[in-house]
Amino acid sequence: MAGERCTIGQWVEVERVLLEPVDRAANLPEDTAAEPLLVWVKGFALGEAALGEECEVETATGRIVRGRLSDLDPAYTHTFGSQPPEIACVGRDLRARLAEYRAKAGG
Amino acid sequence: MAGRTEAIMARKGEIMRRALGMDYAEFERTPIAFDYEALMGAHGYSLEDIVAIQAAAGVGSTPLLELRNLTDLVRSFAESGLGARIFVKDEAANMAGSFKDRRASMSTHVAREKGYAGVIAATSGNYGAAVASQAARASLKCIICQEAFDSTHLGQPEIIEKARLCEAFGAEVVQMTVGPELFAHMLELLDETGYFAASLYSSFGVSGIETLGYEIAEEMRESTGAPPTHVVITHAGGGNTTGTARGLKRAGATKTEIVSASVDLSGLHMASDADFNRKSFTTGHTGFGVPFATWPDRADVPRNAARSLRYMDRYLTVSQGEVFYVTEALAKLEGLERGPAGNTAIAAAMSLARDLPREATVIVQETEYTGAGKHHWAQLNFARERGVEVRAGDPRENVPGKAIVIPEVPEQIRATEMDLGRMRRSYVRNALAHAPEGYELTAEDVEFLAADTNTTPETLEEIVAALRAGE
Repeated sequence: MAGERCTIGQWVEVERVLLEPVDRAANLPEDTAAEPLLVWVKGFALGEAALGEECEVETATGRIVRGRLSDLDPAYTHTFGSQPPEIACVGRDLRARLAEYRAKAGG
Repeated sequence: MAGRTEAIMARKGEIMRRALGMDYAEFERTPIAFDYEALMGAHGYSLEDIVAIQAAAGVGSTPLLELRNLTDLVRSFAESGLGARIFVKDEAANMAGSFKDRRASMSTHVAREKGYAGVIAATSGNYGAAVASQAARASLKCIICQEAFDSTHLGQPEIIEKARLCEAFGAEVVQMTVGPELFAHMLELLDETGYFAASLYSSFGVSGIETLGYEIAEEMRESTGAPPTHVVITHAGGGNTTGTARGLKRAGATKTEIVSASVDLSGLHMASDADFNRKSFTTGHTGFGVPFATWPDRADVPRNAARSLRYMDRYLTVSQGEVFYVTEALAKLEGLERGPAGNTAIAAAMSLARDLPREATVIVQETEYTGAGKHHWAQLNFARERGVEVRAGDPRENVPGKAIVIPEVPEQIRATEMDLGRMRRSYVRNALAHAPEGYELTAEDVEFLAADTNTTPETLEEIVAALRAGE
């Protein structure tokens, strides 16, 4: 993906540093205070740029935001994942308990 | 840059006055007290108006379902004669998948009436999707600010899913790393765009939830002949508890016990970069529930319309493992694949119903949509990948951020009672700390603080005396 370039009008994502660590709020936990505050925004590229290069985008509300080009045609890749074994039996076991209870209760 | 945050925060009052289209100064009475009911009524909409606005927006009138299988499951291990009937209001049936549509529909209605071009909300939750959906219908532009990633750009999958849904509805989503400075950036965006602040904590939004309490009382009267004996409410910032309780009262359901419920996340720091992706719950947890109940005015509006201590009769907590187990049970026994965060109240309701007589009626007043990223499978897998131990066992051994312990049998689901007296003391301590140095409470303050903590002026005076004596 490195070296990939966006074209004008392509849907892309840009990243920028909003606050450097030294400029962050007081009273933050140490781990957070040590990191810059970063922001990502998506929009239509207003110019050509390679990943990592400065680029301006026009967002869904029409704002113009400048940042480093961080993604092209951004994807959603979140999933369900595999069956967690700890809950695999819950349905089978509870249905059996319910049936047993109702048989005893005469319901 | 540090100056930049300070500069924008110094203009907070001015920016929020313009962005909300109202001046909260008119409700202030003393350095402590304000006229809460005047704030809630300032928008001028009656309950009937709100019902009509929401009906036009496609919001509300969601199905009320009796959970007969879950009820019988509880009765299978409850003591003889115990095991209340459990019901749920399927708020996932709203357009954007949660009760938050009720809040959002009022905010976008007001924004449109007042002539704003767009709306902005700071939320990583379902509220973002609700605002985006309602904004699309109202032809308003929409920006949602999310705390979405840790410093390695690893996103909490539930929040990423909500970003997807916001973008599906045409919103601009501004995604940030962990930190409370998100609020300052939201102010910058409000200042830059001139949009309306669709705050979760405005009187518009919280009034929008009153219809939920009202519907529950009316529908339960129709279904069982009486309002519910208990309503269990997943509690975070306090709007859900406040709005639902106010709606029940408006419907004359004055005897219904209001039970708030949160997932116990004690031990995790809400502003910690390292803890951010170890919570497994993005809302409905004590990390919001306790601080917002004990100091509601920490919100993004000058006075929070969500004041949960006013309305809570009890506050229960449940563990992460218990909620994941109940989420699976709800799908398998009732055909309702929802949550998981919104199922916090279902776990608490099972524990509560077990100790109540069979004639009692316990209603869980909301559900939320689920899907990739949000789903309990996604959360359990994500936790495991972060090094959190996931195992079956006794949920008492659950340690937030370290071990998620899934119950092996439903008898193990046991909610923990929070000490409301202690929370009231904490609230009063915060109120006193925010007053000017040496400030003496007036009779009006005592009355306000007593109402705000759902106690009597006498008890309130005792709390103040004990705090001043350093107890």
